[in-house]
Amino acid sequence: MSARTLPLLFLNLGGEMLYILDQRLRAQSIPGEKARKVMNDIITTMFNKKFMEELFKPQELYSKKALRTVYDRLAHASIMRLNQASMDKLYDLMTMAFKYQVLLCPRPRDILLVTFNHVDAIKDFIYDSPGIMNQVDETFRRLIDTYSCLSDGEFQLIRQTLLIFFQDMHIRVSIFLKDKVQNSNGRFVLPISGPVPWGTEVPGLIRIFNHDGDEVKRTEFTTPGNYVTPQREGSFGLYGDRVLKLGTNMYSVSRPVETHMSGSSKNLASHAKENIVPNPLAKEELNFLARLLGGLEIKNPSGSDTGFRLNLFTTDEEEEHAALTRPEELSYKVINIEATQVRTAHFRPLIPIARLAKKWVSPKVVT
Amino acid sequence: MAAAVAEYRREQSLPLPGSSAALYNNLSVLRLPGPQPQRFSAVHGPSLSLLSAAAAGLGLSHRQLPAREPGMGLSAALLTQAAWCVLPSRVLLVLTSQKGIQMYEADGSVLVYWHALDVAEHPPAQAVFARGIAAVGERFICVGTSSGPVLVFDIPPKGTNVTVSEVLEQHGAAVTDIAAEQGRAPDGAGDLVSADDAGTLCVWSAGEEFRLVSKVPACGCTCSSVALWHGTVAAGFGNGQIRLYEAASGRLRAQVNAHARWINALDLAPETGKLLSGAEDSFVHIWKLSRNPDTDDVEVSWVRRSCPKPPTRVLGAPPEREQQLGKGILPLCCALGGPESSSGAKGAMGNLERAWDKGWRDGIRGNGFQLR
Repeated sequence: MSARTLPLLFLNLGGEMLYILDQRLRAQSIPGEKARKVMNDIITTMFNKKFMEELFKPQELYSKKALRTVYDRLAHASIMRLNQASMDKLYDLMTMAFKYQVLLCPRPRDILLVTFNHVDAIKDFIYDSPGIMNQVDETFRRLIDTYSCLSDGEFQLIRQTLLIFFQDMHIRVSIFLKDKVQNSNGRFVLPISGPVPWGTEVPGLIRIFNHDGDEVKRTEFTTPGNYVTPQREGSFGLYGDRVLKLGTNMYSVSRPVETHMSGSSKNLASHAKENIVPNPLAKEELNFLARLLGGLEIKNPSGSDTGFRLNLFTTDEEEEHAALTRPEELSYKVINIEATQVRTAHFRPLIPIARLAKKWVSPKVVT
Repeated sequence: MAAAVAEYRREQSLPLPGSSAALYNNLSVLRLPGPQPQRFSAVHGPSLSLLSAAAAGLGLSHRQLPAREPGMGLSAALLTQAAWCVLPSRVLLVLTSQKGIQMYEADGSVLVYWHALDVAEHPPAQAVFARGIAAVGERFICVGTSSGPVLVFDIPPKGTNVTVSEVLEQHGAAVTDIAAEQGRAPDGAGDLVSADDAGTLCVWSAGEEFRLVSKVPACGCTCSSVALWHGTVAAGFGNGQIRLYEAASGRLRAQVNAHARWINALDLAPETGKLLSGAEDSFVHIWKLSRNPDTDDVEVSWVRRSCPKPPTRVLGAPPEREQQLGKGILPLCCALGGPESSSGAKGAMGNLERAWDKGWRDGIRGNGFQLR
């Protein structure tokens, strides 16, 4: 629906990806130098000027599979490799986190604050590289230029577009379950206390006016919620306190995350449906991907850079188990693009994940 | 107040084939007199979930109605709304999407009319869609568009000769909802109201030529849902407020700080003046509209929070509201257009207690509540 949705979807999912990768890099004790290189490489790729130009062109959203392909490439933009099971888990975590943020953001406009929280955090991830910092700031300004003039109604349309995109995804995430913001059926919990959105009054008052517009009566009613007036509005500028916490980093080394696939299997009907319906968009989608990915420069680890494999699970056994037990319907079959369809110089065909896994066969992290 | 509480009861749940999309006013119910089945519909992405239920919940049948496109469109069109339009001579099921407006026979079997929106004439950044559907007068169906104009369709008693008889150009932002008061509006008060993204409300008098009766200027806050009752406009806003305006003059008569978050749907029981509001704060409230016989002031009072049997602890949920349990008030507000409602899983999920509200609209009896 809204043709302004893709940049927000991409940047927020990318932000979540970086949070998770940062946490896993530290949990797996990847040497600092390598970890910093990975983060810098991915951020550089993500905020590539040409790529951002394509992204910010008004366009419809494409399928989950197409988007997944973009993140597969992005995650492999550096010397780090992920196998299929880890990539699936990474993507599940990213999408559920952002779905949660979209659903909970108090006003539709606050989706922008969520995005700013992500971009603020990304800037903190950049290590000693003013060039990359400039790239990110440029995108920041582009965000402000594009979105600050939109009305509440347009933001709600963006939000509705995102919620349609995430509809029927109910993967359970341990960190959400623990915090009781997600129920065991994969649905998120709506709080009924705390500050109301900026510009909204705490419910409970009825005012009646006469013909002349004078207030003639005031009655109150009790609401079941326990709401309070918000203290202040978050900053929509380049810098400042966003106030809103949605979109900030919720991971830490001591708080690893798990996804639970099994319990959601009863909800898979719609996933299955999406896969069997022939997709008339395929061609358009491939063009879109080619256009987007044309801006993504992917480096294969070579020469002096020693690559390593990142595991999103605690042990390799768990990772293998996850790969075997993942329901077929939840597998994102990565779209392979024939090199001939792509005329962009930068574009290289996707390296099949299986081959990558073989390439980085070592059981633990290569250091 | 206490008496009002007993005025409705919950009826059997009905499962929808899939979840409902987070859109405004995303539930429609058709209740026809006699033994005909009740019909329910909710939008799910590019298709409409249709459910028909024979009396006493027996004989359920589901189907999915895809958003059809003229020729082969390049991308799948997402639906924005669907509603049954009841005219004296016929009933049509009207679907609005990013591509245009489709009118089907009431059971969704035959496409009667298709109106394509001219997507090319809009700047690329502007979303194009139709939204807001209402039947008014003897033979008109009004549908709003994203660029502001409201299209008035002249519907023949039968056949496919539907024509655009008029285009109402008063809205400067995307139309969100349209509501009519069929055969009940006081003289001069107007019988149709349209609302938009910027909060503008336009009251119209339907006829050979539609006449603008009054206009409430934009307040900057989206009005997502409107209802019309005895010459009073009830409007639900993005800031959680419900406002009542005098239809004839556009004067503000009441303002209610009703919800903590965005209101997604209103519905009205014409006989009793009961107004139902559903919002993203997960609550559904019921209000009673009335007129003070001495001053003729419109009055509004809070009746109750609609939660006949709060099942919010189902499945060991925390005491907070669950976002989308299959049972209880949440699916209701979901289907009223709150965040995505329950999943396609059979059984506990996808219930149709949400149909509580629109059953009301037809003034007969809700599927869930029964108004007496």
